[in-house]
Amino acid sequence: MAQERAQAAWQSAPFWSGVRAALPLLLGITPYGLAFGLLGPTVGLSAAGTVAMSAIVFAGSSQFVALGLLQSGTSYLLIVLSTLVVNLRHLLYAGSIAPYFRRLSPPRKALASFLLADETYAVAIAHFRRPGASPAPEFYLGLGLTVYLDWVLSTAAGLAVGGLVPDPTALGLDFALPATFIGLVVPQLRDRAAWATCAVSAAIAILARGLPGRLDILLATLVAATVGWGVETWRSRS
Amino acid sequence: MALALLILGMAAVTFLTRGLPIAILSRRTLPAGLGRWLRHIPVAVFTVIAVQGTLAPTGEFHLSLGSPYIWGGIAAVVVAWRTGNVFLTILAGLAGLWLGRGCL
Repeated sequence: MAQERAQAAWQSAPFWSGVRAALPLLLGITPYGLAFGLLGPTVGLSAAGTVAMSAIVFAGSSQFVALGLLQSGTSYLLIVLSTLVVNLRHLLYAGSIAPYFRRLSPPRKALASFLLADETYAVAIAHFRRPGASPAPEFYLGLGLTVYLDWVLSTAAGLAVGGLVPDPTALGLDFALPATFIGLVVPQLRDRAAWATCAVSAAIAILARGLPGRLDILLATLVAATVGWGVETWRSRS
Repeated sequence: MALALLILGMAAVTFLTRGLPIAILSRRTLPAGLGRWLRHIPVAVFTVIAVQGTLAPTGEFHLSLGSPYIWGGIAAVVVAWRTGNVFLTILAGLAGLWLGRGCL
C-alpha cells in the first residue's frame, strides 16, 4: 500500500513537470560540475573523493571554496567551518520554502532538504508562488533530483576529461579555480552593497593573508558581509 | 580516511543549514535583518578566493604586472563583466595567463 502510494507520487504529473523545469538549469549547472571534476585532482583530491564530494555534499559554492582551501593547505576542521558559513544562506531558503513541504513525510522532508540548492530553491519558489499554480512538493522533488543527477554525472565527466591532461599546473589549470570565482562574483556586483562587500573582502584578503588556519577567509567573510548589510540598510533608510 | 571525515563533515553542516528550518519552521520565517545579512555572504567568500588566487598564486603576494596571474585575472574580470558566463571567464583567465607567460 505504502509502496503503491510512493509509486503513484513518483509517477505523478507534478514530479515530471519538475523534471522538465530542471532541464534549462542544466545548461548552467553542467559547466560547474565539469569544472569541479576537472579541478578536484589539481588540489590533490582522489577521483573517488571528488565524485563523493559532489554526491554526498551537493553544494557547489562550498565545494569550490573547499577546493580553494585544500589548495592552500587549510585544516579540515576549518574547511568544514567555512562550509557552514558559506551555506548559512540555505537557512534563508529553507525557512521560506518550508511551508510548502508541510505535508511531506519525514524521509521526504529529509530528501527535500538535501536537494535544496541555490538553483532548485529559486525555480521552485518562483513556481510555487505563481498565481493559480498548485504548490505540489513533488514538483520540487523532480526538479531537485534532476539537478542532483546532473551535478554528479558532470563531475564524473569532468574527472574523465581532466585525466587526459598530464600536468595541470604547466597548463596553468591552477588558475582555473580563481578564474571560476571571478566568474561567480563579478556578475553579482550590481549594487553599492555588493561593491562594498567585494571591496572590503578584497582588502582583508590581502591584509590578513597568512593568519593561521586560514582564519583570514572567515574574518573577511564576516566583516565584508556585515559591511554590505550595513550599506544596504543605510541606503534603504536614506 | 581523513578525506572521508572531511566530506562527511561538510555534508553534515550543509544538511543542517538546509534541514533545520524545514524540520522546525512551519509558518514562521527568518528575521528579515538576518536574511539580508546572509545574502551578502556569497560575494564576500568568492572575493577572498578570487583575490588571493590571482594576487598570491603561490602563497606570496606578487602585486606587479610582471606576474602572469595578474594578466589572467584582468582577462577574467573583463570577460565576466561583459558576458556573465563562468565558463567563458575560465577560458579567458587561462588565455590571459598563457599570454602573460609567453610575453613576459
